Amino acid sequence: MTDAAPKRPTGITPSATVGPFFKYGLTPRGAYPWNDIILSSTITPDVAGERIAIAGRVMDGDGAAMADAMIEIWQADSAGRFAHPLQGGGANASFTGFARTDTAKDGSFRFETIRPGAVPGATGAGGPMQAPHILVVVFARGMLRHLYTRIYFADQAAANAADPVLALVPAARRATLIAEHVANGDYHFDIRIQGDDETVFFDI
Amino acid sequence: MALIYPKTSTAAFPAHDYAPYRSTAKRHPKQPLVIMPHTLGELTGPVHGQELVRPGDNDLTKMHAGEPIGERIVVTGRVLDEDGRPVPNALLEIWQANSAGRYVHVIEVHDAPLDPNFTGAGRAMTDADGRYQFITIKPGAYPWGNHHNAWRPAHIHFSVFGSSFLSRIVTQMYFPGDPLFSYDPIFQSVTDPKDRERMICRFDIEATRPEWALAYQYDIVLRGRNATPTEELHHD
Repeated sequence: MTDAAPKRPTGITPSATVGPFFKYGLTPRGAYPWNDIILSSTITPDVAGERIAIAGRVMDGDGAAMADAMIEIWQADSAGRFAHPLQGGGANASFTGFARTDTAKDGSFRFETIRPGAVPGATGAGGPMQAPHILVVVFARGMLRHLYTRIYFADQAAANAADPVLALVPAARRATLIAEHVANGDYHFDIRIQGDDETVFFDI
Repeated sequence: MALIYPKTSTAAFPAHDYAPYRSTAKRHPKQPLVIMPHTLGELTGPVHGQELVRPGDNDLTKMHAGEPIGERIVVTGRVLDEDGRPVPNALLEIWQANSAGRYVHVIEVHDAPLDPNFTGAGRAMTDADGRYQFITIKPGAYPWGNHHNAWRPAHIHFSVFGSSFLSRIVTQMYFPGDPLFSYDPIFQSVTDPKDRERMICRFDIEATRPEWALAYQYDIVLRGRNATPTEELHHD
């Protein structure tokens, strides 16, 4: 960076709600004359790792289904590497680690992906490892800014017990971040924006 | 090079709970958000391949047999980080109503005509200088059910990916001089006038194409900044 420092903006662009009509632009899924570029599956033909599926519902403060939410996930591959220049190219070259979906009329969603490997925590290599997890961001009408959360896995109890981020969550609320193991590669994870068993969201 | 994402920048964001926008009532968390340090997942983010954006995906006036009714406009600008540095290869996705204020979405019920030559979705990727350009028609204002006689100011929805998961933003771009700003709770939810200005594009006579289309400039500033060389010296 050799040129003179650019003029520093006075601040960042404010967030706004995604609104009720995003589907034809962001998740058309064949229902509109626009193509999909981001799918609900991260799986490519040559991807390494165990295939899993995560299904659940998004609910509001009344426990009512949110039929107009959008969820995106971001995760490491099965070796615990993110598909990003900060981690360099891995063997799993075609894995993007990113998927997007919207919710159906009953508030339900489903992702297909591969089980992420463990990644180091904030203190880097040599410090405590994080338990395998998936990063989540939620958008919806009625939400002026997006919400961040994480999905951990119920069958990773030992790793979860040592996870440095879960340790920051009040103990009584940790369960809201742990996907229930249904069977084989199927997991269940509900997102409650408000109210009883409100999902933990992160200020990051 | 360390990436730093100061949280103070999100002071520009509206609150989760803003009573005048009624549907926030049941859709904001009531429990405190848990503060956590940034780990690799937060500091990295999806890298979108150039092949995701096809030639012409940024021209919403040329996607059907005929051209849509309405004022043709050019919307151009740069995606920048908090230090004003360009963000290259940033994926932008936009969607909007047509010139009558009608969306193609199936749940839309506004009594205004659909335009058979307009879907209203587009995408673009920024170049090495962080610049993007869309060609579209100016959307109309449209009524919604938030309160009696509620109308959204004309706006284009933008979804933007930056260098990391934390830079991700969905926002709305407004047009200068819209009479509806003071009546719109979504616009008003951003409380600082300096932050509001950043949501409104700027008419640009220099970029306006004679006899063809008015042009508007709209820069998008994302969370995140690269460490300056001075700061780098103090890291290992």
